[in-house]
Amino acid sequence: MSAATLIAGRTARLRQRALLTGGLAAAVLVVFVVSLMVGQTFYGLDKVVRVILGETVPGASFTVGELRLPRASLGLVTGICFGIAGVTFQTMLRNPLASPDIIGISSGASAAAVIGIVVFKLSETAVSFVALIAALVTAATIYLLANRRGFAGTRLILIGIGVAAMLDSVVTYVLSRAASWDLQMAMQWLTGSLNGATWSSVAPVAIACAVLVPVLLLNERHLSVLRFGDDSAAALGVHVQRTRILLIVAAVALLAFATAAAGPIAFVAFMAGPIAARIVGPGASLAIPSGLIGALLVLVADLAGQFLFENRYPVGVITGVLGAPYLVYLLIRSNRSGGSI
Amino acid sequence: MGLAVLALLFVISVAFGTRAVTVSDVFAALGGDTDGFAQAAVIKRVPRTVLALLVGAALALSGTTMQAVTRNPLADPGILGVSSGAALAVVAGITFFGMSSPIAYIWVAIGGAAVAAAFVYTVGSLGRDGATPLKLALAGAAISATFGSLVSAIILPRADVMTTFRFWQIGGVGGATWDRISLLVPFVVVGAAICFFSARGMNMLALGDDLAAGLGENVLRARLIAAAGAVLLCGVATALAGPIGFVGLVVPHLCRLLVGTDLRWLLPFSAVVGAALLVAADVVGRVVARPQEIEVGIITALIGAPFFIWIVRRQKVREL
Repeated sequence: MSAATLIAGRTARLRQRALLTGGLAAAVLVVFVVSLMVGQTFYGLDKVVRVILGETVPGASFTVGELRLPRASLGLVTGICFGIAGVTFQTMLRNPLASPDIIGISSGASAAAVIGIVVFKLSETAVSFVALIAALVTAATIYLLANRRGFAGTRLILIGIGVAAMLDSVVTYVLSRAASWDLQMAMQWLTGSLNGATWSSVAPVAIACAVLVPVLLLNERHLSVLRFGDDSAAALGVHVQRTRILLIVAAVALLAFATAAAGPIAFVAFMAGPIAARIVGPGASLAIPSGLIGALLVLVADLAGQFLFENRYPVGVITGVLGAPYLVYLLIRSNRSGGSI
Repeated sequence: MGLAVLALLFVISVAFGTRAVTVSDVFAALGGDTDGFAQAAVIKRVPRTVLALLVGAALALSGTTMQAVTRNPLADPGILGVSSGAALAVVAGITFFGMSSPIAYIWVAIGGAAVAAAFVYTVGSLGRDGATPLKLALAGAAISATFGSLVSAIILPRADVMTTFRFWQIGGVGGATWDRISLLVPFVVVGAAICFFSARGMNMLALGDDLAAGLGENVLRARLIAAAGAVLLCGVATALAGPIGFVGLVVPHLCRLLVGTDLRWLLPFSAVVGAALLVAADVVGRVVARPQEIEVGIITALIGAPFFIWIVRRQKVREL
């Protein structure tokens, strides 16, 4: 095979990937706009665009501008955060099942938030803050416990499962003591929901996204080298320990901000990466497609949860029920081939 | 000696609780005297203690058997997601079939536990290197997460089920009555008998499948029978006391340190130690937060999870 063929093939692949990513972005945009249009009252595309441009439209200004726009924006940014954080963990630990919601990091945030809601009756902002701190502390604890005679991904996963079991029992205990009003609120939070989204809950997530996503994207190159194992990565000139800690902190922070705002929306962090890998093909950079898939999942699931059924379900229930069979399928496939994502 | 410790714990368990009683009250009550508040309180604590004994023994036997069958130091009904199968089955039963009798709980929970166990083991042992601890634990965690989200999808819109379920889910022996205990006993006896009878076969399995087959053991049959016993015990314990984690994990490890790895000794010893552990955890839960109680499931998780982490840290990476 001549160099020209190789280069041609590479260009074709890159172009195809760019097209696919562009297609995903377009799909996200469409769903975003649709979720602004649909609701108790339907508003046409023209009205929605005029509201976004800042014009005053009677009726639509409030419903679209104050209710649907924050909600859809929150779905968008949390979806991106979950998707990118999840795929970072999955790639780093070389295991599609090692997403942060399975290895206990989300449990830390949940436990703190439930205690905050039920025991200390904290305000929403305070709950978010506490959840953020707890997620970081949990991740640090799991990392330190796993770091014995060198780092091992398998050990980190198992210790994460153990920590999650402990934190979940704390959550169950606190819930069993909760008054029924707090219980409803805590359960909503635990499943993940976009209800009651306001600009003040969107802002922190959006800022975190804007700061941390570039950090992860810049380090993605190193991430793919880390997959070859610590020694090879060091030989290829990557600062192993430093890179890994940087990646973990950035990914956990993304996850924590998103979790703090919308609760641990089940399985989004877990599903986004593998789906993205399926779509863009092997060997490609997964961060951006995963973020887009994450956003798409949250927005579509939220629409479905609001309007498809008799009862209104929070978004986390929909993603949970969708994610469950996919998880099982992935489990079977990855065990059979022994491969990573 | 194990039995002596157990007897002592039994007395302690009926003696300590939200209401303080004197030693003479305890013995008077056990002797059949029922006058006065203190003695009545003691009498109330007896069924609870008996339930804790039975559930503890069942869970420990189940855990020991699972560790032997899967040849996996991390096996535990909770970690492997077997309890979550029982939980989902019970919730579905309460919600969709209006199930309310304890015997229905038991059968449904055993069914759910069996399905979850079969599934986790099948999925976890796919692939070239068989059922490694990592694959089994991940399969278990994944199944727990899956069933957990199905459970919340079922109960979120139904406030009444949520209330019933959250007290069941927490894992406790507080609501014990003699009726429920008498339901439990036959299942525990049968399950324990199955486990004891397969002890010899499981000893063979520990040598490795090829060697065991060479020594004339029907590997598949031995494994299936033992697993059936383990699932039965775990399911029935979960049905009556909720998912109590980590007893099945911790007890076999402790007992191996004391009596070695021969399952013919290990199994009965585990049963005694498991019973003792659960009674002790229940006493601790009653005493530390007076006048409130902390359910035994919480206590075992708080003790057991650090233990799990310790075992993981001790293992060499290759063995995971």
